Amino acid sequence: MGLSFDLLINAVIAGILLGGFYTAVTIGVSISFGILDIVNIAHPAFIILGSYIAYIVNARLGIDPIAVSIIMLPVFYLLGAGVYQVYYESFERRGQESLRGLSFFFGLLFVTEVMLILVFGVDYRYVEAPYIGPSWRLGVMDFPLRMLVPCITALALFAALELFLSYTFIGRAIAAVAQDQLALRLMGASPVRIKRIAFGISIATASVAGALLIIIQPVEPSVGREYIGRVFAICVLGGLGSLPGTVIGAMLLGILESFTATFYGPSWAPAVAFGVLLLTLAFRPAGLLGR
Amino acid sequence: MRTRVFLLLLIAVAIVVFFAARLVSNDYVFFAGYTVLQFVVLATAWNILGGYTGYVNFGSAAFFALGAYATVFMHKLYPLPLPLLIVIGAAVSGIVGLGMGYLTLRLRGAFFAIATLALAVVLQTLVVNWDFVGGSRGAYIIRPNEIALIGPYIQYLFLLMLALAVIALAIARGIERSQLGYGFATIRDDELAAEASGVPTLRLKLIATTLSGALMGMAGAPFPYYIGYLQPSSAFGLEYAVNSIAMPMIGGTTSWVGPLIGAILLGSLQQIATVTISSAVNLLIVGLLLVGFVIIAPNGIVGLVQGWIRGAK
Amino acid sequence: MAGALLEVTGLSKRFGGFVALDGIDLNVAAGERVGLIGPNGSGKSTLVNCICGTLVNESGSVRFDGETVDGLLTHERTRRGMARSFQLPRPFTTLTVADNLRVPLLYTVNARPGHALSPSELDARCAELLQLVALADKARHLPRDLTQVEMRKLELARAMAAEPKLLIADESMAGLSQSEVDDIVGLLIRLNERGITIILIEHIMRAVMKFSQRLIVLVSGKKIADGVPDAVIRDPEVERAYLGQ
Repeated sequence: MGLSFDLLINAVIAGILLGGFYTAVTIGVSISFGILDIVNIAHPAFIILGSYIAYIVNARLGIDPIAVSIIMLPVFYLLGAGVYQVYYESFERRGQESLRGLSFFFGLLFVTEVMLILVFGVDYRYVEAPYIGPSWRLGVMDFPLRMLVPCITALALFAALELFLSYTFIGRAIAAVAQDQLALRLMGASPVRIKRIAFGISIATASVAGALLIIIQPVEPSVGREYIGRVFAICVLGGLGSLPGTVIGAMLLGILESFTATFYGPSWAPAVAFGVLLLTLAFRPAGLLGR
Repeated sequence: MRTRVFLLLLIAVAIVVFFAARLVSNDYVFFAGYTVLQFVVLATAWNILGGYTGYVNFGSAAFFALGAYATVFMHKLYPLPLPLLIVIGAAVSGIVGLGMGYLTLRLRGAFFAIATLALAVVLQTLVVNWDFVGGSRGAYIIRPNEIALIGPYIQYLFLLMLALAVIALAIARGIERSQLGYGFATIRDDELAAEASGVPTLRLKLIATTLSGALMGMAGAPFPYYIGYLQPSSAFGLEYAVNSIAMPMIGGTTSWVGPLIGAILLGSLQQIATVTISSAVNLLIVGLLLVGFVIIAPNGIVGLVQGWIRGAK
Repeated sequence: MAGALLEVTGLSKRFGGFVALDGIDLNVAAGERVGLIGPNGSGKSTLVNCICGTLVNESGSVRFDGETVDGLLTHERTRRGMARSFQLPRPFTTLTVADNLRVPLLYTVNARPGHALSPSELDARCAELLQLVALADKARHLPRDLTQVEMRKLELARAMAAEPKLLIADESMAGLSQSEVDDIVGLLIRLNERGITIILIEHIMRAVMKFSQRLIVLVSGKKIADGVPDAVIRDPEVERAYLGQ
């Protein structure tokens, strides 16, 4: 294999940077699945939507993709709140979550992908920004800025959410709604409203994740499907309901994928996530930091 | 009606359908009909797991493609008659279904569903990287033009798929009326109470996964011969994933009739739409119908009809 | 106790940091009528779930009918003779009332060696059970057409259908009228006379006192009393922890 130190250390760095990005991708599902127990497999579709919005605005107006995604945060939040309302009325309230709820989100995933194909076609799209291209070198270590900037943004997003969930009333109510809905009602907060806010936040993160995605790699409509396995693998690996667990899980998966890509070829990367998911489910379903 | 009688009835209907199709002078009937029948098998297979036990499989394309690629693999090794290839396809997909079920069915239904999604992506990755079966370049299967006793080869394929549809429907109905059907229904309704009543839930779920996978593999095995040139993107195509779910959900998941109605209705609609509009729009319509039915009419067309009958009484 | 039907030793169960059951020791002799009481959240249902295998306990052991059942799945324990009804009724919603009873007959009774019932015997058992709980006229209805009270009776009947040696009835009488409570108590006593050991978990003290030969009290995951009902309810600790509330 000719293991050189350069190759090894840069694979680790690439893995960590990738892991940071994966945090942004997964954090929404940590909220919707880990805390709210809603299996939103359509989350990657919202991310891809975010990517395409960043692409259009960036191509037409030249605005930085991350800036676009932040401007779009309220729109995605409202979208998420709307989707939750439909989900709640149609499934949660009737107690029919599993089969119908899953099919609902699958339908959303599918419809989003096909609509994107119809509007944009299957060509790869990409954005332009000053940090896509150059790398920051530190000795033998290579930090591509197009990976570094998303990684830092993602970790900032994580920190903001973690602070929100721990120190604000609504944030703590969200953590509480997972554990004790009755107590929440007695405190005067409506569980449905809290869940709707939480789900809205979860979809809002997809806006940012989408921008980060299209910075890291060119995007076409079916890219979303590769991420479903990754996202849930990270959630399960890190432990459902634990946001810090998500970061650790994301880093681990990022490093694993980076090593696989460096030493076996990039086309094997999607298989890594699945392998991780299956192994975790088989041997330690509670994950590393799970409740 | 006993299952044996039902099976004979189905065979009779199948024979009528086949000879009626031959009366039409256009071979297109066979090409389109093959696709619709393929969906009957896929929808019925999906429903045995999804509708009867309540465990959702999002990776139907994976099991279908396994059957197709098993055929390609055998074709490159040693040519075998199609019926044998169908058995091999069923075996391969059945075993994969069993394996995956064993790893994920002891956990929640949601994890199983996610695992099936990831399985489809991973299998596609494996196939794309495997040059022996053509990899991303694809594989050619030269199909004969004619076959003895029947005539054009496509009619032979049509007949085979007709037989598979009969088998799938007979199995589905047979399960419904049997002790196994009760067991499946209890798993769907309340797995905890089922276990407490003595139902060996894991064993039954594994049976359902294996059977469902095997039937899907069966449907996939003749596909390379039908299409002539097999690419991973067509074998693992989007239409298999969404149609396998949409057809039973729209038709109705509680009985064998639902997937049949869903497959014939949606399958025919899509054949017409693909020719008149585009195939992407046609898939969009299926997706929208799925979301719509799941929200508004969760018991599908069968459920709506049952509701009307009950209301009219 | 030698030859007890059910022996629970040192059973502990935690949920994360919360200790639901703390070293429970419990014996039930064949043919006994045991009452289990305790405040809400004391771990009664958790105990039932651990005994039946629905939950896996972290430590401790359960022996049933002379055999260690640790590690056995719930359906295997049911087939060996343990049956339970659920506190919140969990009927099979897409099956008729009669078919709900058919499931344990098919999957438990018929699964026992040498026991297979013919279809007509099965129908007869079904009808008999429906008569027993006065649900015969609802045989072809779906569970959603039943009243709360009827659902609880169905829940009990389904547990009885498994022809258990030990029946654990988890709060089957909530919301019933006085005469209905007496009916159920009478039914359970008749079952007991046929040889079925019964553990009754209840809040309705009248029923518990009428039914139990022995009374066990669970508070915050610990067993604080175990003995003759009249003595137990006079125990000051029990009064303080439960009855005084």
